[in-house]
Amino acid sequence: MSAAIVTLDCRGQACPRPIIELGRHLGDVEIGEVIAVAADDVAAHHDVPAWARMRGQEFVGEVEADDGVPVYRIRRLS
Amino acid sequence: MTDSFTYLDAASAEPLHPAAREVLLAAAEQGYADPRRLHRPARNAGLLLSNAREVVAEALGVRRDEVLFTSSGASAVHAGLLGLGSRGIGHSAVEHQAVIDAARWSQRSPVTELAVDATARVEVTAVREAVAAGDVDVIAVQQANHEVGTLQPLDDVASAAGPASLFIDAGAAMGRLPLPSVGDAIAGSARKWGGPGGVGVLVVRRSARWRWPFPGDEWSREDQGFTNIPGALAAAAALQAVVAEREEVNARQHELVALIRERVRTEIPDVDVAGPDEDRLPHLVTFSALYVDGEALVTALDRIGAGVASGSACTSDTREPSRVLAAMGALTHGNVRLSLTRDTTREDVERVLDLLPEIVKNLRTEAGL
Repeated sequence: MSAAIVTLDCRGQACPRPIIELGRHLGDVEIGEVIAVAADDVAAHHDVPAWARMRGQEFVGEVEADDGVPVYRIRRLS
Repeated sequence: MTDSFTYLDAASAEPLHPAAREVLLAAAEQGYADPRRLHRPARNAGLLLSNAREVVAEALGVRRDEVLFTSSGASAVHAGLLGLGSRGIGHSAVEHQAVIDAARWSQRSPVTELAVDATARVEVTAVREAVAAGDVDVIAVQQANHEVGTLQPLDDVASAAGPASLFIDAGAAMGRLPLPSVGDAIAGSARKWGGPGGVGVLVVRRSARWRWPFPGDEWSREDQGFTNIPGALAAAAALQAVVAEREEVNARQHELVALIRERVRTEIPDVDVAGPDEDRLPHLVTFSALYVDGEALVTALDRIGAGVASGSACTSDTREPSRVLAAMGALTHGNVRLSLTRDTTREDVERVLDLLPEIVKNLRTEAGL
C-alpha cells in the first residue's frame, strides 16, 4: 500500500469541511498518488467514500491515527 | 400555504385536507363525550368514532375490527412492532427512527439490522438469514422509505420472513398507495396524508399473533386510552378523499418529481440524487450537493420562500447524518428532501428549480471552491 503523499488535518472540523478540503487539495498530489484526510467528524466516514464515487477517485480505505482519529485514504485517478 | 411561500415538506406533514376541515370542526362540537358511557352524548361520540373506524377500514380495505386509533404515528409504530413476537427483532437499516427506538427500548435480543442496497431496498437474503439464525421472530420493514421514497419488496420480504411476524411501517405511504397485502401489523400517521396531527392508525390483522404491549388489557384489540374522536373522524375523511384522488394526484406528483430529478442532475454539478427513478413514492425526492452545508442550503431555500427538510448531520438534533443516506452509501452532507403537497404546481417546482443552481453555486463559492 503506497504511503499518502499529502495528509490533510481536519480534526475538529464539521461536515462538509473535511470534504471541501479534499476537493481543494486533490490537485496537490499527482495522478496515481494517495491523498489522506484525518477527520473526526462522523459524517466523513460516509462522505469520503461517497465523494470518491462521485468524483471518480478511488477510495483506498480507512486507518486510525495515533490519537484514534480516522484517516481516510484516496488515490487520485484523474 | 400562502402565495409567497412554496411548502415542499409534505412528507413531514401534509397541510390539512379540505375534506377534513369541516369534519374536524363539526366533530369537535359533537364528539366530546366518553363513548363508553351510557348517555346520549356518549352515544353520539361512539357513533362518530365507529363511523371514523368504518371509513378508515373501507379506505384501507380491511375489517373494522382490524383498525385501532392511536395518539400519533410513532405510538402506532411502537404498539404495532412491540405487540408482535417475543424474541429478537430484525429491522431494515432504513427504518424510521420510531422503529429503531422501539426495537432498542424493547431489550429484545438480538436486534438485527437488515442491509439495504444502494437504492435503499432491503436485501431479502438478509431477512431470510436473520430468521434462519433462529432468534428473530419479528421482522420490521417499511412500505416505502420516508427520506428517499424507495418502495420495499414486501411480498418477497413476507415469504423470506417465513414463520416470523411482519411489522410494516406504512407512515410515508398510507393513503397514497394501496395497503400492503402482507404484514401482521401496519402503522400509519394521519398528518402524512392530510389528516390532523396526533392521530395514528394501527391495522392489526385478525390472523396476527399480536397483543397490546403496554400497560392495559394485553388481549384487547380496541383503542387504548381516550381516542381523539374529532381527530380520528377528520383523519378518516382526509384518508377517504386522498384514496379517491390518488390516481390523479400520484400521476401528477410522479411527473413533477421526475422533472426535479432530471433537472437537478443536469443543471447542478456534483449532485447525488438518491433512490430509484421508478418504484418510488410519487411525492418526494432527496438529493445531496457536494461541498454544501445542508443547513445553509435549507436556510437559503427558506429565504427564497421554499420550505424543505434535510437529512444532513448539521440539521439534526443529534449531529449524526441520516442513517438512511449512510446505509445507502449516498452523500450525507448538502442534503435536502423536497416533498410535494397535493396542491404543488409545476410553476411552484419550476420557480425553485430555476433558483437552485445559483444557490448551490454561491454556497460553494463561499466555501472556497
